[in-house]
Amino acid sequence: MTGSPKKSDRLQQPRQKDCELNPDTRKHNFQEVSLGYTPEMARLEAHRCLQCKKPKCVMGCPVHVRIPEFVQHIADGEFLEAARVIKETNSLPAVTGRVCPQEDQCEKHCVIGLKSEPIAIGKLERFAADYERTHGKGEPVEVAPPTGKKVAIIGSGPAGLSAAGDLAKLGHEVVIFEALHQAGGVLFYGIPEFRLPKPIVESELDYLKRLGVEIKVNYVIGQIKSLDELMQEDGFDAVFIGTGAGLPYFLGIPGENYNGVYSANEFLTRVNLMHAWDFPHFDTPIHPHKTLAVIGGGNTAMDAARTAMRLPHTERVILIYRRGRDEMPARQEEVLHAEAEGIEFRFLSSPKEITGENGWVNGVVCQPMELGEADASGRRRPVAVEGSETRIPVDAVIIALGSGVNPLIAKSADDLKTDSKGHIELADPEINLTQKRGVFAGGDIVTGAATVISAMGAGKRAALGIHDYLMRSEGTR
Amino acid sequence: MSKILEKTEPAPGVFRYVIEAGEIAHKARPGQFVIIRIDEHGERIPLTIADCLLEQNAIVLFVQPVGKTSIQLSLMIAGDTILDLAGPLGNPTEIRRFGTVALVGGGFGIAALYPIARELTRGGNRVITLLGARTESRLLLRQEMESVSAQVHISTDDGSCGLHGNVTDALSFLIQSGEKPDRVIAIGPLIMMEKIAELTRPLNIKTLVSMNPIMIDGTGMCGACRVQVAGEMKFACVDGPEFDGHEVDFDTVINRLGAYKKEEKESSEEFEDHILGPCSLGERAP
Repeated sequence: MTGSPKKSDRLQQPRQKDCELNPDTRKHNFQEVSLGYTPEMARLEAHRCLQCKKPKCVMGCPVHVRIPEFVQHIADGEFLEAARVIKETNSLPAVTGRVCPQEDQCEKHCVIGLKSEPIAIGKLERFAADYERTHGKGEPVEVAPPTGKKVAIIGSGPAGLSAAGDLAKLGHEVVIFEALHQAGGVLFYGIPEFRLPKPIVESELDYLKRLGVEIKVNYVIGQIKSLDELMQEDGFDAVFIGTGAGLPYFLGIPGENYNGVYSANEFLTRVNLMHAWDFPHFDTPIHPHKTLAVIGGGNTAMDAARTAMRLPHTERVILIYRRGRDEMPARQEEVLHAEAEGIEFRFLSSPKEITGENGWVNGVVCQPMELGEADASGRRRPVAVEGSETRIPVDAVIIALGSGVNPLIAKSADDLKTDSKGHIELADPEINLTQKRGVFAGGDIVTGAATVISAMGAGKRAALGIHDYLMRSEGTR
Repeated sequence: MSKILEKTEPAPGVFRYVIEAGEIAHKARPGQFVIIRIDEHGERIPLTIADCLLEQNAIVLFVQPVGKTSIQLSLMIAGDTILDLAGPLGNPTEIRRFGTVALVGGGFGIAALYPIARELTRGGNRVITLLGARTESRLLLRQEMESVSAQVHISTDDGSCGLHGNVTDALSFLIQSGEKPDRVIAIGPLIMMEKIAELTRPLNIKTLVSMNPIMIDGTGMCGACRVQVAGEMKFACVDGPEFDGHEVDFDTVINRLGAYKKEEKESSEEFEDHILGPCSLGERAP
């Protein structure tokens, strides 16, 4: 590859498609579906970038990764340098490169996207991060001199991890408290292996440990300790709450207590975190269901459906969604992957009742719907259509309707203000400061269920806010 | 890692463990539970905290071998370690001055009742304890319960000790004799708790029962432990584990608790075959 192609050539160069495992093979295993780019493909793709003077893609990124700069490094074959640029603003690029909804963020704003397909920023980010993980020499970790300040991070999901990394680099002593036996939050229990291999999450956790971050698992803040105890007895100068949206919604229809009905959280946790697919080698079981219905149209619904498809006894997976295909909040890529793997979609169907026999699920009764006027979210509201209901025979139902707020922390701190739904209210959203002195919060516990990258963005904002708070004189205790 | 400091067998097939628990020992209150995972391949199971030993930074857990994990646990001895221990989880039992409180414990459930009895007595209540077991030798914590109760009434299924009958009969006799407890707390098999609730419902005596459903995380995240209470869905881990016995839909709880019976059997049989050799557990089985 010599020199850069001319602008007109760049526009004609098609977007590089990454390699994927064959759907017929992959639907029987948990290996990562996308194989990513080879160095040659990455450079070809990077050369398509126009290197805009005022890059709009950067504005679309919640953590403002300097996209043209890292893409140029890839085009020049300087892959480790590309990774370094990304890591300056994004501490988990191997994760976000895989799970970010780029089509709604950076890539949505790509100028090339107006005439042709946008630059594959996510796949390039993933390439650089993977290259660094496999070829890098474990870059020397640079940490500012110790400030003598201690910060507690509650929850080790994307918000907590990014806050922890930034604070440790700034020289603060950081301790992460995680309720489960494994750190990583939704990156571990929620997002399946075939979309985000766990060794990648492990290596991000190792990186934090090298920065000096201590991770305490099996530690349920709110139960074993209140926020005041952390600050008054254990000497933490500030606290960041990133506990996520941990209380699954159910439908509120008859039959939800039959055996064989799961929240997506339970189903995914059994399989991902507890390895139930490998029962009895691992002790946590999952039933050998044959026909599974998944209810919902978001990314978690796709993850649950595709996970269900991979279990050894599965014959059919039917995804039931009350709106139409275009209204599904899931990423397009996930929908296409799910379809290729044989997942059946029933659109404009609203579950009315789960039926059962002898205590076990045997079907879902659905009401046909049609799309009416647009609602507050801009999507057309589904309206029931008079006519026959249909019953779909299934032996499992997985409910993926999102999560409400976990009550444990707020219950242990009266002075932490929450809204009517239990989300923590911020006094200053610019720095994610709560109404309680020295306590910051971010991610789903503040916004309700959202994306990995927006939680990371909140973690980063809070880290800067905490740093500022700690370094001002009134921040000292 | 949490070390087993002590193991005893207070009744045939029931094991009492003292386990290193650090801060949990100092924070746990009656009615709360822990979640344990024995090793890397283990499942997460909830166990009620039966006592806290502050000087040893330890908690007391009772284990009855029924599924793979409890069988594996029952074979561990002092000095062995448990990989994961998280808690205290769930809401503590409400301890106030109620007046007369009848505590009803059936079989294995008696272990969970002991710290509740002690704190209620300390809190100025007159505690009447009713303990039921299949037979005298399987009666747990009798002396301990006597030391923290105003009265203890025993009933056994075979009549080997106390009343020949079950604890529901015992509570019924107690009430017939003129006692009117201000509150009843029942912990034991689901059928027992349901019967106690049915007995006290027409008498309008507030009756709490403790739910021990299948759980994974124990912090509200998975929703596996859902219980229908007064027509509303509640999670035993964050809303319970104690609920008003008159409002619990016992049929669904019983059904859901049996969800993995077949797998539990498969898992424990495999464990027995591969680790213990065939049939070696036969002598131990209750």
